[in-house]
Amino acid sequence: MDFTYDDEQQALREAVRGLLTKQYGDYEVRRRTTATEPGFDEDLWRRLAEMGVLGLPFAESDGGVGAGPVEIGIVCRELGRVLAPEPYLTGVVLAGGLVSAAGSPEQRAEVLGAVAAGERVLAVAHDEPEGPRWTTAAPGTTATQEGDRWLLTGTKDPVLHGARADQVVVTATLPDGGTGLFLVGANSDGDAPDRTGYATYDGGRAARIVLDGTPAVPLGDPTTDRSGTLATMLDLTRVMAANQALGVMQAQLAATTSYLTSRKQFGVTLNHFQALTFRAADMYVSLELTHSIVDWATMTIATGDRDALADAAARCALQTSRASRHIGQEAIQLHGGIAMTAEYSVGTATAHLTVLDHLFGDGDHHLRALAEGVTDHDTLEALG
Amino acid sequence: MQLELSPEDAAFREEMRTFFTTEFPQEIRDTVLEGRHLTRDQIVESQRVLNKAGLAVPHWPQEWGGRGWTDLQRHLWHEEMQRAGVPVPLAFNASMIGPVLAQFGTQEQKERFLPATANLDIWWSQGFSEPDAGSDLASLRTTAVRDGDDWVVNGQKTWTTLGQHGDWIFTLVRTDPEVKKQAGISMLLIDMTLPGVEVRPIELIDGGHEVNEVWFTDVRVPGDLLVGEVNGGWTIAKFLLGNERVGVAPVGITKRALATLKDNAGDRLDDPLVRARVVELENQLLALELTALRVVAHSAGGEPHPASSVLKLTGTELQQAVSELAVDLAGPASIASGADEDSPLPGWARRSAPTYLNLRKASIYGGSNEIQRQIIARSILGL
Repeated sequence: MDFTYDDEQQALREAVRGLLTKQYGDYEVRRRTTATEPGFDEDLWRRLAEMGVLGLPFAESDGGVGAGPVEIGIVCRELGRVLAPEPYLTGVVLAGGLVSAAGSPEQRAEVLGAVAAGERVLAVAHDEPEGPRWTTAAPGTTATQEGDRWLLTGTKDPVLHGARADQVVVTATLPDGGTGLFLVGANSDGDAPDRTGYATYDGGRAARIVLDGTPAVPLGDPTTDRSGTLATMLDLTRVMAANQALGVMQAQLAATTSYLTSRKQFGVTLNHFQALTFRAADMYVSLELTHSIVDWATMTIATGDRDALADAAARCALQTSRASRHIGQEAIQLHGGIAMTAEYSVGTATAHLTVLDHLFGDGDHHLRALAEGVTDHDTLEALG
Repeated sequence: MQLELSPEDAAFREEMRTFFTTEFPQEIRDTVLEGRHLTRDQIVESQRVLNKAGLAVPHWPQEWGGRGWTDLQRHLWHEEMQRAGVPVPLAFNASMIGPVLAQFGTQEQKERFLPATANLDIWWSQGFSEPDAGSDLASLRTTAVRDGDDWVVNGQKTWTTLGQHGDWIFTLVRTDPEVKKQAGISMLLIDMTLPGVEVRPIELIDGGHEVNEVWFTDVRVPGDLLVGEVNGGWTIAKFLLGNERVGVAPVGITKRALATLKDNAGDRLDDPLVRARVVELENQLLALELTALRVVAHSAGGEPHPASSVLKLTGTELQQAVSELAVDLAGPASIASGADEDSPLPGWARRSAPTYLNLRKASIYGGSNEIQRQIIARSILGL
């Protein structure tokens, strides 16, 4: 049992932190970047590709690096620390992960090679305006077969980075039921879908994608229900979103303690007021408990046990949801008015935590799922 | 990063589990698992069984019965005991005065006290808190004045847990009233059968007799019972209160309490609100246990991992929350605390409210949770 990074992992963290701090260490740069399209920095994206970061999750035979979940988690944490708006979580971890898990060998090599090289940006179109949320179902989008061709119909919204993406992984209900995975976009034959991009409240980007008999290419065998694959990739991405949120919360606590020791009122710095320092102490408690469970869930991915991952992802997401609201809200309150302004990072960090909280299931969603199985065990065993 | 225990540590855990569940007296385990009170004899027997097996004081120096285990192994030992319903060794002996004497005692003190302390032949009490010295311990006023070779002690200690069973008491006393308050304190070992020592019970809100006042009136204590340097007591007190990394958070005992609660809850677990409360508690306990593992796996040298400070704070809050849920699940039966054993109401339900009230102590003792927040704010966050 070991909760520390090895030398290579530390080197990766230092390299990624160095690059990202140089880029976004000054929050004003992040603000400028998100003020213009496509909402992230294409040059930084290429440099991340050169560093090997964009190919980390993918097999070497598919043009990737073949790294493990700990390495991917390191990258997500560092992205979170500086609120980097780059489409790593949904574009690389989830979209790339789905291609990796469901694509044919040719598709994997072609698509993932381009993603790893920074030449192609992916998005995942799964959420729909109606129907259940945060499940593997896609009831509002149907896939139909017409000769050799597959056509998709339905509306997906919000699709993170859906307007900029070169290619979109779309979920759709298969003719015989179940959820299929399809590629739509630049390399699909025929018409592209109707895409309407917009900004999200944390400076990110999303889009509404309307598919109307839009040609699509199935990932791998088109008749296979991909619900299980989708569920596992969503679980993995939940853990990576928690890693990203952890990075955000670490930065928020650091900003808060720094502010409390520098800002003066009533002639003294704010850390003279116990009403404030105790609340900062409680933020630390939330942060450390979350850190432990995020590390644990990240390591659980590596076991390859899908059921264990599903459980760990839900538990990790529940704790992260609770903590990100606590820390996000308190960071603003302890700063006071300055954190309400767009020119200061803390308020945007809370906005970003709120996005992460609602991407793949909030705390109550996971609580509900875990409550189903509460009588399946006497105690939870952290060490198995 | 690796989740699994090493084969050695996994084998170690199995060895502990086997001993605690097959070789330890079942009757004592049942008493603990059913939430009933242990008698003094049961506590003594329990520690002697552990001591005979080399499991009472594994963290002491090896020449005095220690085992040279890693922090992780000690954590596994501690968790497996709690999981099996084995009472942990008496804290006053095993965790407090034992390590202090091993570190600061004279050779004579070590030989005289350590074997008897490990075997609970001497039951130690703790004489730190006073009516006007709680969280601000250094303002204590019990005095010890030199008279020939002896010290003459006068004053009052309070909150002395299980002092009614005590043979000896380790005390902090003021030996120099003229200097800065921390610099005038010494540690003195006092035989509780000496003339002038009086133990008076304090009745608590759960109706039980767990703590006491201990009064000292002209008690003559031989000079060789002072530990360490004269006026060096504050250093010893800080060592005693601050050197623990293992067992800081009541993880195992609270996990077991929650599992028992689920067992007892029956149909009430069909209520989605109850299920939600259980899930929240289980999840927070999981995060706490993982944090405890991070701390024991990665405390380097003498310094505990910074996250250790969250353990006491969160652990006691969760322990209290589980006891609160028990009262809610018991419902009206929780009121029947005074009913006899012929009561048709289940024992766990009748005991739930006194337990809930009793556990309010957990966030007060051992450095109140406000003191813990102060430590986090100052030492870790630099505020």
